[in-house]
Amino acid sequence: MANRIYSTYPMVKYLRKEALPTALCPGCGGGTVLNAFANAIDQLKLDPRDLVVVSGIGCSAWIASPYFLADTLHTTHGRAIAFATGVKVGLPDKKVVVISGDGDLASIGGNHLLHAARRNIDMTVILVNNFIYGMTGGQVAPTTPFGAKTTTSPYRNIEHPLQISETVAAAGASYVARWTTAHVYQLIESIKKALQVKGFSLVEVISQCPVQYGRRNRMKEPAEMLRWFLKNSVPVSKAKNMSPEELEGKFIIGEIINRQRPEFTEELNKLIDEVQEHFGLKGE
Amino acid sequence: MIIRGDEPDQVRLIRKLYKPGNYFMQGNEAVAYGAIFAGCRFYAGYPITPSSEIAETMARELPKLGGYYLQMEDEIGSIAAMIGASWTGFKVMTATAGPGFSLMQENLGYAVMTETPLVLVDVQRSGPSTGQATKGAQGDFFQARWGTHGDHPIIAVSPTSGQDAFWETIRAFNIAEKLRTPVVVLFDGVLAHTREQIRIPDIEEVEIAYRKLPENEEEAKLPFGDPHGDGVPPMPLFGHGYFTHVTGSTHKETGLRDVYTPEVHDRLVRRIHRKIEKNMDVYEKYEEHFTEDAEILVVSWGVTARPALGAVLKTRREGINVGLFVPKTVHPFPAERMRELAKRARAVLVAEMNLGQMIIEVERYVNDDVLLKGVNKIGGVPLTVEEILREIRGVA
Repeated sequence: MANRIYSTYPMVKYLRKEALPTALCPGCGGGTVLNAFANAIDQLKLDPRDLVVVSGIGCSAWIASPYFLADTLHTTHGRAIAFATGVKVGLPDKKVVVISGDGDLASIGGNHLLHAARRNIDMTVILVNNFIYGMTGGQVAPTTPFGAKTTTSPYRNIEHPLQISETVAAAGASYVARWTTAHVYQLIESIKKALQVKGFSLVEVISQCPVQYGRRNRMKEPAEMLRWFLKNSVPVSKAKNMSPEELEGKFIIGEIINRQRPEFTEELNKLIDEVQEHFGLKGE
Repeated sequence: MIIRGDEPDQVRLIRKLYKPGNYFMQGNEAVAYGAIFAGCRFYAGYPITPSSEIAETMARELPKLGGYYLQMEDEIGSIAAMIGASWTGFKVMTATAGPGFSLMQENLGYAVMTETPLVLVDVQRSGPSTGQATKGAQGDFFQARWGTHGDHPIIAVSPTSGQDAFWETIRAFNIAEKLRTPVVVLFDGVLAHTREQIRIPDIEEVEIAYRKLPENEEEAKLPFGDPHGDGVPPMPLFGHGYFTHVTGSTHKETGLRDVYTPEVHDRLVRRIHRKIEKNMDVYEKYEEHFTEDAEILVVSWGVTARPALGAVLKTRREGINVGLFVPKTVHPFPAERMRELAKRARAVLVAEMNLGQMIIEVERYVNDDVLLKGVNKIGGVPLTVEEILREIRGVA
């Protein structure tokens, strides 16, 4: 299997071979996300030396660190975006990407997510939403659908899931899109756009976790989960004319927001220029 | 981004902005200027009393020097951002107080494990919990040592005055850079808010250290190796095309995660300890007053070392053979010297603004036949000369 990957998979040049094969379960959507990300980098002809990829803790955090061959920073649980903020200020000319899961970025890391969007700092966050805490054994998450079963909601989930994309868009991000792992080409296009946007961009990927989520919710096979995504996906344009009741349990896909706002590191450097000018500190 | 602090342009800016001479300023401001002189050009923080003036000074001064001030959404984000910035080459600092220090502990451990240089100033305040938010204390001695989980070394320095805070902050940066490790500055709310005369030197008088960078591709491929035998790996910075992988999980010399092999964990964690133990000359520092013939030894640290010196001076005049020992680097504790001094003393008094913390460390080096006694005070008001003096007379 490993040999086949090295000889026939064209994106292998972007992977850290000594870290392969991945630790992801068979049927996990993580591979699709890594593939889409590598293809986006390839199509944009970005040099991986101009990338720093940061992740938190959990299955989805492993997608890029260690597997993607770039400078990679695998951080503490929930803090990836805060670490990435320091990286971006230090390396404003590099592309800083955060790839991590919904539990990591939107639950324990929710505060950092909102404030990075508010600052509109130039980074791309690929948030893999599989509705569950995968690595710790399938516990209920802030994204778990209402009524779903997990190891810590064994009877049913009585909490309402967080709509991550809409929340981040409202917080002030420049670009927000949501796709599922069943929409690979659209996903690649959105990642490409997000990487090119000057400002905070979020691509939420609804992804399958057949082992921890599907198995407990009558979708044992990965394909069943992908069919579930396809059947319940509603494009943004169509969703605008639908009532909240009609949208219950649906996945709104497409671009949620795409706009230009002053970007944080640019403003920070502009401010330094102004201050140095004001105090007559510019070099001769 | 690599700023050492001793580049001609940075030296020119510092000379232009901060003329050498005596100034009347707060201890907190002295910490901030010390950081600036040491080359700190990135500060991420979250306001908390009694540390806020450090952030305010950095926010005002750093842009003038081309440096960055970030006010993060919380303390956890602050230390996270500074670790990210440190990996791009910045010398980085944050300042906080008790509750904020508690929140930073997890990422302090991350910095130890990933060998990230940074300086964390803890302006100790009264606790537990919110306690007396505006009052000083010395209750974080063990939080600095054992606040984060796992087996880890830590280096903590503790200034005894505003002037000392300026120099100790610079020393903290130099230790962090030389040993590629986080360094805690255990300051306190009393000195932080005391205004006194502080001399700002010329930048030439300041030693500025900078982290070891890889000399070649081979060294860069082993971000956690030990090519020079001193336990300190050269640090391959992000953005230089080395494809460095950094993780807080147990990792091999290459940086790749391996949490299954006991030897890998053992090798890594022992080396991180060894690099601190082996390089004692980089950080060990203490002050002594009248210790040559001291029968009674006062041991004190931080803010309390000042009234302790006052008490020792007064009792000396009364003909009592008393001496004072002040560890300036409190972790690792200057064990060797402490043991020697305790051997000659018949009584050891440990004065501190808590219910007895450093005394637990001191006890390990004092024989059973020596009278060991704590001089403690809590409530937000520092120990006075008279209070310590009374205790010295009591054992004389």
